[in-house]
Amino acid sequence: MKALRYGISDTLVLAKRSLLRIPRQPDLLVGFTVQPILFVLLFVYVFGGAINTPGIDYVDFLIPGIIVQSIVFGGFVTALGLADDLKKGLIDRFRSLPMTRSALLTGRTLGDVVTNSFQLVVMFSVGLLIGFNFSSSVGEVVAGILLLLLIGYAFSWVFAFIGLSSSSPEAANAFGFTILFPVTFVSSAFVPVDTMPSWLQPIAEHNPFTYMVNAARALFLGIPAENNVWLALAWTLGIIAVFAPLSAWKYRRVVAQ
Amino acid sequence: MQNAPAVETTGLRKSYGDVHALRGVDLHVEPGSVFGLLGPNGAGKTTAVRILTTLLLPDDGSARVAGFDVVRDAAKVREHIGLAGQYAAVDENLTGFENLEMVGKLYHLERGLPRARARELLSSFDLSDAADRLVRTYSGGMRRRLDLAAALVARPPVLFLDEPTTGLDIRSRIELWDAIEALVSEGTTVLLTTQVLDEADRLADRIAVIDQGLVIAEGTPGELKSQVGGERLDIHLCDEQRGGEAVVALASIANDRPFLEDGSVRVPVAERRGTIADAVRRLDDAGIAIDDISVSTPTLDDVFLKLTGHAAEQEGEEAEAQSR
Repeated sequence: MKALRYGISDTLVLAKRSLLRIPRQPDLLVGFTVQPILFVLLFVYVFGGAINTPGIDYVDFLIPGIIVQSIVFGGFVTALGLADDLKKGLIDRFRSLPMTRSALLTGRTLGDVVTNSFQLVVMFSVGLLIGFNFSSSVGEVVAGILLLLLIGYAFSWVFAFIGLSSSSPEAANAFGFTILFPVTFVSSAFVPVDTMPSWLQPIAEHNPFTYMVNAARALFLGIPAENNVWLALAWTLGIIAVFAPLSAWKYRRVVAQ
Repeated sequence: MQNAPAVETTGLRKSYGDVHALRGVDLHVEPGSVFGLLGPNGAGKTTAVRILTTLLLPDDGSARVAGFDVVRDAAKVREHIGLAGQYAAVDENLTGFENLEMVGKLYHLERGLPRARARELLSSFDLSDAADRLVRTYSGGMRRRLDLAAALVARPPVLFLDEPTTGLDIRSRIELWDAIEALVSEGTTVLLTTQVLDEADRLADRIAVIDQGLVIAEGTPGELKSQVGGERLDIHLCDEQRGGEAVVALASIANDRPFLEDGSVRVPVAERRGTIADAVRRLDDAGIAIDDISVSTPTLDDVFLKLTGHAAEQEGEEAEAQSR
């Protein structure tokens, strides 16, 4: 019981530490607010006119997609933070304390849930201002928001693994943005998949981001969900099931040197 | 438990692939004492500290800290130790106060205590004015003091300081030494690693000299110094031909036989005070003119030369030069 109580309090202490960092590093703060807003505006007003989404306004089409993309990258703070802690030797300090050792990972990923929630508020607000409308039930909207937070949480673990595998915050940055970023574009997030060349369509259709984006659209816009919500949920839980233990394993390895 | 050693290791071994960082190290540190682990870069000092602070598992041998086994009772060990490293391990994006408060909470101190300890330590380390500033605005010396303060939050009975003053300027170094001495007077056991003989000499009750993973000498600073040889006068004569006469003239002030080397007269002395004047007077009486005279104190290099027959490792110095 005591171990559990300490586990929770240690996680909260370190989540707070992770969060305090954000307003103090202007680049991170910009990454969380200005950047997603600019993307929304860019797509709606610059590309939107050229993108045809039959039966649905582009802004309605775009907002769920771009929110999934932003929330996936919300966990990036974890990658940067862990890579930084490793580089500066802070992990040694934490590991010499009688704290719950896993709290260093759970604290960071929990902190990400808070920043992701903040991000959702910012992006939905901007969306509503430029004409996005929820056209589903309150229950579905709530389910959609919970799904988004879960997706963000899953990718925090992916980023934890990336951070622990990188030699520096810069390397983590390069890895995240050269590999993961393009993958989010080969999905239904920004354009309908059937406008892509035929060889690319199967890839985009089976891209887990497509399931996640389609699930978010179904839950926010009230369009038929098909299997998308369940597939998105399965992928999300699968990512957590793989990357949480993988990060824990990597963490034990990198520090035991 | 009162008389149990604060730190005790038996046959401690650790290798990284082909590199044998520790090759059977036995240490014994009395409670309430300061123990210096002296050696060049790469000697195994940091590896030993990492094992003793449960950051690293030994390949073989055993170690107990504050009475607890570092492998089997690692969690207990962590409740009884503080660690300050050669890299100031404090969070740059938190204030000094937030750093210490966080560490207090992670030690699971009672409610309210982390804040109180944070204030107390900031004040005793002369950081109160900077308490609410982000650590990234701190100077190197301030960070190091905060790092030391963080190691002390839970008043641990055993404190590990891994090269606490590496990279600090003289003033910061002396301030940190004062802080460490104050701690020891309160009964904390300190295990300190250093490359600097002066530092070990000033702070440590006992010193173990470690080289290539082995303890090659152990004793009080005085015992080690007498093994190495103490201070020495180096006198360069205007006329090198008269070196033999100078050796004879100076024999009575030396505590070992004076000798000639590289055209200078080397005079080992027990006490530096007054010896220069003494030497000058004697040489003057003998009518031997002096070109230059200086006192040299034994350095880490001398210790190594004497104890191991090789100089403090070159690659260590290079690595250090690179890290600057």
